[in-house]
Amino acid sequence: MKVVLQNLTKIFPGRNKKVREEVIAVNDFTFEIPDGKLIGLLGPSGCGKSTTLYMISGLQKPTAGKIFFGDDDVTELSAENRGVGLVFQNYALYPHMTVKQNILFPLQNLRGADKLSKEEMLERAENAARLVQIDTLMDRKPSELSGGQQQRVAIARALVKMPKVLLLDEPLSNLDARLRLQTREEIRRIQKETGITTIFVTHDQEEAMSISDMIVVMKEGVIQQIGRPQDVYDDPTNLFVAKFLGTPPINVFEGRVEGGRLFVGADAVLDVPGVADQAVTVGIRPEGFVPDENGPLVCALNSVEVMGRDVSVVSTHPAAQVPAIRSIINTDGGLPTGAEVRYSLKPRKVLLFSKADESRIRFEVK
Amino acid sequence: MVESKHKWKAWIYLSPAIVLLLIFTVWPIINTVRMSLLEGYNSMAAVGGATYDFGFGNFKQVLEYNYFLRCLGNTMLLCVLTVPISTILALLIAVCLNAIKPLQRLLQTIFFLPYVTNSIAIGLVFAAMFNMVGSAFGGENEIIITAGIINNVIEFFGGHAINWINSGSSYAANVVVMVVYIVWNALPFKILILLGGLQSINRQYYDAARVDGTSRRRVFTRITVPLLSPMLAYVVITGFIGGFKEYSSIVGIFGEDMGPAGAPGRLNTMVGFIYDSLSTQQGRASAAALILFGIIFVVTMINLYVSKKKTHY
Ligand SMILES: Nc1ncnc2c1ncn2[C@@H]1O[C@H](COP(=O)(O)OP(=O)(O)OP(=O)(O)O)[C@@H](O)[C@H]1O
Ligand SMILES: [Mg+2]
Repeated sequence: MKVVLQNLTKIFPGRNKKVREEVIAVNDFTFEIPDGKLIGLLGPSGCGKSTTLYMISGLQKPTAGKIFFGDDDVTELSAENRGVGLVFQNYALYPHMTVKQNILFPLQNLRGADKLSKEEMLERAENAARLVQIDTLMDRKPSELSGGQQQRVAIARALVKMPKVLLLDEPLSNLDARLRLQTREEIRRIQKETGITTIFVTHDQEEAMSISDMIVVMKEGVIQQIGRPQDVYDDPTNLFVAKFLGTPPINVFEGRVEGGRLFVGADAVLDVPGVADQAVTVGIRPEGFVPDENGPLVCALNSVEVMGRDVSVVSTHPAAQVPAIRSIINTDGGLPTGAEVRYSLKPRKVLLFSKADESRIRFEVK
Repeated sequence: MVESKHKWKAWIYLSPAIVLLLIFTVWPIINTVRMSLLEGYNSMAAVGGATYDFGFGNFKQVLEYNYFLRCLGNTMLLCVLTVPISTILALLIAVCLNAIKPLQRLLQTIFFLPYVTNSIAIGLVFAAMFNMVGSAFGGENEIIITAGIINNVIEFFGGHAINWINSGSSYAANVVVMVVYIVWNALPFKILILLGGLQSINRQYYDAARVDGTSRRRVFTRITVPLLSPMLAYVVITGFIGGFKEYSSIVGIFGEDMGPAGAPGRLNTMVGFIYDSLSTQQGRASAAALILFGIIFVVTMINLYVSKKKTHY
């Protein structure tokens, strides 16, 4: 089932009566989530991701705007009647119930036409448990489970009533790196198997990029960009999105365009046809640097780090806004040595942004 | 672990407390056991040189004594009635208090007032409220009028005044008054404990329950009560212990006669019995005290056993 958010806004009144400082947690959020897709909701801490989820789940009322599930307006519907599954940031498993009781709980709440027999409930609970591979832990209490197991119980509890919409609020934030990787694959697998429309909140861009059909990047309550993960990475609409996506992060330089050529410092580093003369902010992805003896961009070499497959070169440049430039290079030509390293640039990995409003300035790539 | 060469230091630090405990707690208990086992023991006579046989006569005498059995019955009855009523009322009030935001502090304070007020004084007020008779003129021209506010209210709504506590009142009416008073007196402490427990329950469980589509009633029975069960167990156990030691509340309402005029001792309790026996028959009082101790011990063990099975910690 598709979920439509229309001009969704949430304003928290200020605590201080004199100053009346309102917090606009979510600002005019309009977005349609297609049926059966997994959407990654991404942004820095405090940008309104949880608030958006809570409004979709019905736990918080929007200040303005509407929410539709399919064609039904559910804006006024209470959380009890929306039938969404929500996995909380810290799971919120009922501590006094066993895993089995936790998973059964939403089913036992069903009333009227949806009411299930005991056998049906047990069967569905067991199916849900099997899906997240916790069917051997059914008689434990949450306190007797590891973080990853608790998280899977929380997912099973959210899935067991076959929700129309599944909401996950940073469900992996408490897990170690390995378990994160494993669990996010599991979430993706479960989502594909069940075809439930899913919104996955995270502030880890890599996590969002790896499992989402689409990502939504937010900043201070405002949507910055929506799109397929690779598209957003390759073609960000502004400097914030460019900086937010990618590890290592994009390298930012001061630059200017003169006569269709991009200058970083004194060096003309790239042809940028179609861009008017102006000062710009230049972002270069780490993989956009190609070591080249005659390359136009001259950097002072700091160190070379070999990290498994990748070789990462750390260097500095007077026009850089970041203290260290990180580039990831191909090692076929040998490792750079000496006091300086010269690069030529891959045009598709060089992004220009307006000095005035940080919006993207596009140029033709031959 | 304290290393063994420093153990003597630990003992020195503990010694003031140990000495005080020995004098004021351990010795009285030993002495009570001793007195209870000396048949017909009387301390005045003992000082005069009387000797007593060793045996269980005091216990036998107490248990065969009808008046003691009446006191035991009164105590049990009040316990069984007041502990559940006050616990359930306190739970409901605490849940309501927890649900409202404005005036919560003020109401909390008001509900807590009885706790810091002297129970004998409150008893006198209750006695006045449940009173039935008062005289407008003294002496020969005496006119009997209804005086207590409870009876005034009953009469205002067209009912007949009930003789709650005055001469000629029924046992049932007396018990009703005692239950109302004891429950009222027990509420503040229980509300305080339960409200503290409620406020420490993570709000997220309630959010999770809402998303799971839980009805209000089920939220109360399946989330609130289980998560509050350690506090409930505490409140019930201390309630029973306090209930078995009920004494001053009776004095507050009926005075030292422990019953309405014309029926002294009708509402006497275990502690009252012990207290009465103390001046002349210390042997009997000691035996009764040990029996009370045994009953409280057994009831608390049962409570702990049940709550261990039902409580989530
Ligand atoms: N109940 C509230 N009252 C006032 N302000 C609130 C309330 N809840 C959230 N906010 C504010 O709204 C903004 C968005 O909060 P939200 O919890 O949605 O952030 P988030 O994107 O989930 O962040 P994180 O990644 O840290 O979880 C924050 O500035 C926060 O301080
Ligand atoms: Mg959050």
